[in-house]
Amino acid sequence: MNKPWNNKAWFLVLPVLALVAFSAAIPLMTVVNYSVQDTFGGNQFFWAGTEWFEEILSSDRFWAAMGRNLVFSGIILAIEVPLGILIALNMPRRGWGVSVCLVLMALPLLIPWNVVGTIWQVFGRIDIGLLGRATWALGIDYNYVNDPFDAWITVIVMDVWHWTSLVVLLCYAGLVSIPDAYYQAARIDGASRWAVFRYIQLPKMKRVLTIAILLRFMDSFMIYTEPFVVTGGGPGNSTTFLSIDLVKTAIGQFDLGPAAAMSLIYFLIILLLSWVFYTVMTNYDAEK
Amino acid sequence: MLELRNVSKIVGGDTHIRDVSLAVERGTLNVLLGPTLAGKTTLMRLMAGLDVPTTGSVWFDGADVTGVAVQKRNVAMVYQQFINYPAMTVYENIASPLRVAGAAADQIDKEVRRAAELLRLSPYLERTPLNLSGGQQQRTALARAIVKNAGLVLLDEPLANLDYKLREELRDELPKIFAESGAIFVYATTEPHEALLLGGNTATLSQGRVTQFGSTIDVFRNPVDLVTAQTFSDPPLNTIDVVKAGAAFELGHGVRLKAVDGFAALADGAYRAGFRPHHLALESPSPDAGELTATVTVTELTGSESFVHLDFAGQSWVMLAPGIHDFEVGSQIRAFIDTRHLMIFDAHGRTVAGVDAGTGRGGHDGQD
Amino acid sequence: MARIELDHIRHSYLAHPARDDDYALKEVHHVFKDGGAYALLGPSGCGKTTLLNIISGLLHASEGRLLFDGEDVSHYPTEARNIAQVFQFPVVYDTMTVYDNLAFPLRNRGVGEAEVERKVRETLDMIDLNDWADRKAQGMTADQKQKISLGRGLVRSDVNAILFDEPLTVIDPHMKWVLRSQLKLLHKRFGHTMVYVTHDQTEALTFADSVVVMYEGEIVQIGTPADLFNRPRHTFVGYFIGSPGMNVMPVSVAGRQARFGEETIELPGTPKTPMGGAIELGVRPEFVRIGHRGMPATIHKVEDIGRQKIVRAVVNGHAVAAVLGEDGEIPAEPRVSFAPEGINIYAGSWRVDYENASEGEAA
Repeated sequence: MNKPWNNKAWFLVLPVLALVAFSAAIPLMTVVNYSVQDTFGGNQFFWAGTEWFEEILSSDRFWAAMGRNLVFSGIILAIEVPLGILIALNMPRRGWGVSVCLVLMALPLLIPWNVVGTIWQVFGRIDIGLLGRATWALGIDYNYVNDPFDAWITVIVMDVWHWTSLVVLLCYAGLVSIPDAYYQAARIDGASRWAVFRYIQLPKMKRVLTIAILLRFMDSFMIYTEPFVVTGGGPGNSTTFLSIDLVKTAIGQFDLGPAAAMSLIYFLIILLLSWVFYTVMTNYDAEK
Repeated sequence: MLELRNVSKIVGGDTHIRDVSLAVERGTLNVLLGPTLAGKTTLMRLMAGLDVPTTGSVWFDGADVTGVAVQKRNVAMVYQQFINYPAMTVYENIASPLRVAGAAADQIDKEVRRAAELLRLSPYLERTPLNLSGGQQQRTALARAIVKNAGLVLLDEPLANLDYKLREELRDELPKIFAESGAIFVYATTEPHEALLLGGNTATLSQGRVTQFGSTIDVFRNPVDLVTAQTFSDPPLNTIDVVKAGAAFELGHGVRLKAVDGFAALADGAYRAGFRPHHLALESPSPDAGELTATVTVTELTGSESFVHLDFAGQSWVMLAPGIHDFEVGSQIRAFIDTRHLMIFDAHGRTVAGVDAGTGRGGHDGQD
Repeated sequence: MARIELDHIRHSYLAHPARDDDYALKEVHHVFKDGGAYALLGPSGCGKTTLLNIISGLLHASEGRLLFDGEDVSHYPTEARNIAQVFQFPVVYDTMTVYDNLAFPLRNRGVGEAEVERKVRETLDMIDLNDWADRKAQGMTADQKQKISLGRGLVRSDVNAILFDEPLTVIDPHMKWVLRSQLKLLHKRFGHTMVYVTHDQTEALTFADSVVVMYEGEIVQIGTPADLFNRPRHTFVGYFIGSPGMNVMPVSVAGRQARFGEETIELPGTPKTPMGGAIELGVRPEFVRIGHRGMPATIHKVEDIGRQKIVRAVVNGHAVAAVLGEDGEIPAEPRVSFAPEGINIYAGSWRVDYENASEGEAA
């Protein structure tokens, strides 16, 4: 074996390792530490074992939040993916329209999350918000502060407004990579608009679409800022997602033990999703 | 001198290069000939230092350079795509490697003008590459490789995207340019005809192995095995299973080919015979030629020659005959195999007695 | 199948073409016969792809009419023209099987499944892909993919013409031979009207009964491969077809003789007068003989390309290329002569006919 070994590389990796240790490993271990102990403040800790984990996993509150998360992710995927594809299909392929569309699409993505929340919080208010006033004027009984259904609508519309662009941009990238010859061949073969989509555009978008779906799923599963700003998890617990619940437990109630156990479970779920994400992606490459 | 010693490259369980040993000298043109995916580009990347071999070593002028990065190796590369800096003029494009090396302004000017002269780019120095024809763009890329004064210049199918007439012109110019530069040139192509026009040396590649390396015309005339003969044949090599019995090779159907010269002493038994399309003729080329009847599958005419596709005992053959012969599809014609140019391969596909074995005609005549 | 008529077609990519140079395709007036195999041959930018796209309807000509069997289709969209096309880069529907790829154009036109089955099986036989019918088209080799593209055209019984846009560009040399001869055979057996665009002379000459040579937006010659080889109408045809191309040298002509510097060359006939423009003599390397007779020559270089040797000589201060056979020998004091049947005279780059046509055409 003549494979060259170069030990210098380790020195280059070291700073990164140190950084990761401080930013991830050490906080994570602190959380693990909290999750197996009980505290009453004053830096007094008692061994609790797996008690917190059992409590969390058997609590209705956790599963309810989890359920809300899954429903939320399901709904926004069902809206954002088809809508994103539809917009991408109708965007111009050449000419000045391309850059105009791309800039318009990129705009929502550039706005910080809490600002998006604030915008919609104000936008939807029935006293001063444009949306709230308008629906009220139309005689629709819309009030996201009191009505759980309205709160959900608001949060979903906000997410669609914020994130559909991402799906659009990814799909558009997939679409423009299709050579003209494919469309010409389809015209010659007498293919309908639907057949062109089904057999040319969709297969070519499959790869970017997978990325888009996984990204949107993970992101929506971790959603926190926007519903927190708009609804604060209410009315009642109707928009309390896992992340909001976690913060409530940890900071609102100062139940550090259960909160730590909960973050670990949450962390494992996300880790599992990342793994799925990674496997799907690499399988794709292997196929190619 | 660039030397590959027992180099293999395995990527994710797939062997791309299989135990290649190859030594190429300064001031020579070396063609890597093989079909797509034979390993030409991988071999070039190993030579350049863009990839590190899985096993084996790469030596340059007596020093082990295995694992030395491409930036430190003084290598120039020209690709199938025309790769130039689109925003720079042709002059600046050619000058770029010299500027990177920090050469003096008057030296840069001298070198650029010399390379431009050599590649007939002088009238276009102030234009940008996108305002040039494909041939001129590729010549710009070549000029940049030349001024770099690299010890090793790698050309990966550089003419593949050009019109065949432009290809013809550049092919004619390239050997002259190579001869002047004194660097090691390695040139990958899929086309046997291109290798023959370029001359120099040729290494034939098949499935990651170098099957033969030597002077181009010698590899063409005296392939060491069936795979090499097939790789280096356009139109495809004609082959058939034969049985040597006494003084003749039997092809079946009562057809016998006289075992001339070197073949006469061959042990009796089963062999595979190969012959090139221009050694299959409509009229007997020599008294020893073997006569047979074959079925015409289709005829292609080029205006001065005819490619007659034949079927003989289930084998597909091509005959290259001078003149225009438009045979009816399915008709039976007489054909002659020129036994003087027969190649005979054993059960392992190795050449057992070469084309020129007994005839005394060297394979090196006419090489400039 | 259809006869394709190009009626005074011109095309410009500019909105308001003013000068002749603004046209990518200068006037083309020609008929492709029903069932013929045609090649459009020329260097890049000569207008051959423009012409093909006009026929397929991907482009609408600025001027002139296009007729299929007498019917004006100039303004028909691609899908209404019933043509098939094979592109430079293989176009297959990746997610479909080979069978479904071939069935696609039929199903799009509402053909019944029984008929689809019959036609697809028949076509799979024609293109030799029967064993691959149930395989996904993805992951097949480039030559197989090109066969599938071709199959999607062959499967339709109503197809007017099959167009090819440099279909062998991405195919390895060995497979090129196989595909080319299969295509030729398919044409002989089924007689589709085929138009094949290429810059490769071998592909054009071997494929077509009639080759259309284009240069700078114009057709410079239409003829059989033998015509183009023996009687190039324009020096460009002589240069572009054949490798190496035709030798062209300045001469002066008097009666049946040409003066080339100090030398006199006998011509196969008397060129018609008057002749305008520069007078040149063209002779292909295949008709240049090297031996003991003729004009003294200096040999610069001999390229052994296997089955032939290309000899680069200088005669009378002019570079002359000659082709020798594999076993051809060059004498110590070489002299060069031209075989009379291979000599053509050009005035202003266009070929001049001989007075008694049969005299010169005898070859």
